[in-house]
Amino acid sequence: MYQKISGKKTGGLTKRGRTPFLLSLPFVLFFIVFSYLPLAGWIIGFFNYKPGLNLLDCEFVGLKYFMEIFKDWRQTSIVLRNTLVLSGLNLLFSWVPMIFAIMLNEIRSNKVRKFVQTATTLPNFVSWIIVYGIAFAIFSNEGIVNNLLTKIGILNTGVNVLGNEKIAWWFQTALSMWKNLGWSAIIYIAAVAGISQELYDAARVDGAGRLAEIRHITLPGLLPTYFVLLLLSISNILSNGFDQYFAFSNPMVSSKLNVLDVYVYNLGIGQNLYSYSTVVGMSKSLISVLLLVGANWMSKKIRKESIF
Amino acid sequence: MKKKKKRQDWVFDIFNYLIIGIITILCIFPFYYVFIYSISDAKLAEQGISLLPKGFSLQSYITLFKLNDIPHAIFISVLRTLIGTVGTVLACSFFAYLVSIPEMWFRSFIYRLCIFSMYCNAGMIPVYLVIKGLHLTNSFWVYIIPGLAVAYYIILIKTYIESLPASLRESAMLDGAGTLSVYWKIVLPLSKPIIATIALFTAVGQWNSWFDNKLYNTKAGLKTLQLVLYDYLNSSSVLQNMSNLDLAAGRASQMTTPMSLKVAITVITILPIIIVYPFMQRYFTKGIMMGAVKG
Repeated sequence: MYQKISGKKTGGLTKRGRTPFLLSLPFVLFFIVFSYLPLAGWIIGFFNYKPGLNLLDCEFVGLKYFMEIFKDWRQTSIVLRNTLVLSGLNLLFSWVPMIFAIMLNEIRSNKVRKFVQTATTLPNFVSWIIVYGIAFAIFSNEGIVNNLLTKIGILNTGVNVLGNEKIAWWFQTALSMWKNLGWSAIIYIAAVAGISQELYDAARVDGAGRLAEIRHITLPGLLPTYFVLLLLSISNILSNGFDQYFAFSNPMVSSKLNVLDVYVYNLGIGQNLYSYSTVVGMSKSLISVLLLVGANWMSKKIRKESIF
Repeated sequence: MKKKKKRQDWVFDIFNYLIIGIITILCIFPFYYVFIYSISDAKLAEQGISLLPKGFSLQSYITLFKLNDIPHAIFISVLRTLIGTVGTVLACSFFAYLVSIPEMWFRSFIYRLCIFSMYCNAGMIPVYLVIKGLHLTNSFWVYIIPGLAVAYYIILIKTYIESLPASLRESAMLDGAGTLSVYWKIVLPLSKPIIATIALFTAVGQWNSWFDNKLYNTKAGLKTLQLVLYDYLNSSSVLQNMSNLDLAAGRASQMTTPMSLKVAITVITILPIIIVYPFMQRYFTKGIMMGAVKG
């Protein structure tokens, strides 16, 4: 009976599988249109495409726009530098959420722990525009930071933090940290909970203090998770995200915050250079996929486990 | 020996609480600060506030709500959040259910088509051209349709559905229930926990998104609150004019400053997040940990 109901496993297309198949066709169409069709749009990178024109009427230019990336090296190098520096700074501090999770785990009171977790995760749920709005209020001339600093006497006049080119990279890194710390820590908090309690009991019998426990049990227990996340973020090194740097960009700091994603937008939408923008975006996507495959290969090699 | 260890623990605890306390304050205080700034008297706030509001005035909010674009932008944002969330949850769960049916034709091919869409990133302009070709620009539906089926959510729901006992579906089918009614009467109600998680994340995402607005919709009537906020933050002159109007209108208690108006819009935009936030908390770990489940 059961056999009959569930259909033959190897029998190929049974009648019962037809309705689900037909019902899924709109979804198939959806994925083709919104995910795969844009890939076909890469072809405009090989033409001198003008918005509104038929592609067939456009001049075929081959790899001209790929060459342009190198011809325009002065601009490209600035964008690449910003992208890599900002990603690099974020990688440099990527261990902070892990340490934060360990510290949080050392708090005995459940209520306090929960409260801290709730409070630190909140910034993750607001948009970068809102973060910009808040930063605007706090760091402006009449904002609390400048007010306090001048009152204490560290500064004579207010400083413009949002328009300061010298600290732009550090400021953005601090903002990312503020927004992501609590959220990134969650995965480590869950991983801490997965470490066997017996290990701690045994350590305690051997007379280990809390720092020793952290160093010899908790930290090693979290490192595999950290390693996987690190590999994933290395493969994402060219995508810093658009929102943050677009929101915080202004004429004073744009030379430092012009990252690849923003550059693609400015080329395409700002200057209507559709073909060139597509080529830059395409190169970015291809390198990112290569990095992802590389990261996975490294993970397999070192940990004998694939990351996805 | 024992005493020494205790003392070490004590020092450790103090440092631990101190650092965690500072981090917590750094995370909450900015929200508190914009809130007290927005309800302070605008002129007094300009001289600086730190821990408590100075004076009390809701004039910034009153001035903002007198404008046409703010209430309308709130309406658009609420609408896209509601429709977008319901649409995404229904679409993702329905497709996840379909690909969880073992007999479905070409099941693994169709599921793979969905998963690989996650890794396809064609870039801004090609997607823009597709959206434009579909005549979705300058339309409300560009907020909803491109986000209907999300591969990541589909994986999560499918994994969940497959953890449900298969006998439920089998017996319902024996009773003559069709594909649709099994979905509606059995799969959907049973998947409530995962659906709730995804609904909350989608809702927050919808409320927070603004780039689709910036990129695809130039019509003023379709502007979302996030983009209104962004535009106001970057345009001092409009707000200065509004403040001057308030000033001309008379009493000192009705005064606003460009800053007080900016801060008030920021608070309006944050408020819905703060309201749903307590409900979301229990879904945090679920949401992020389920991502660790392999597709």
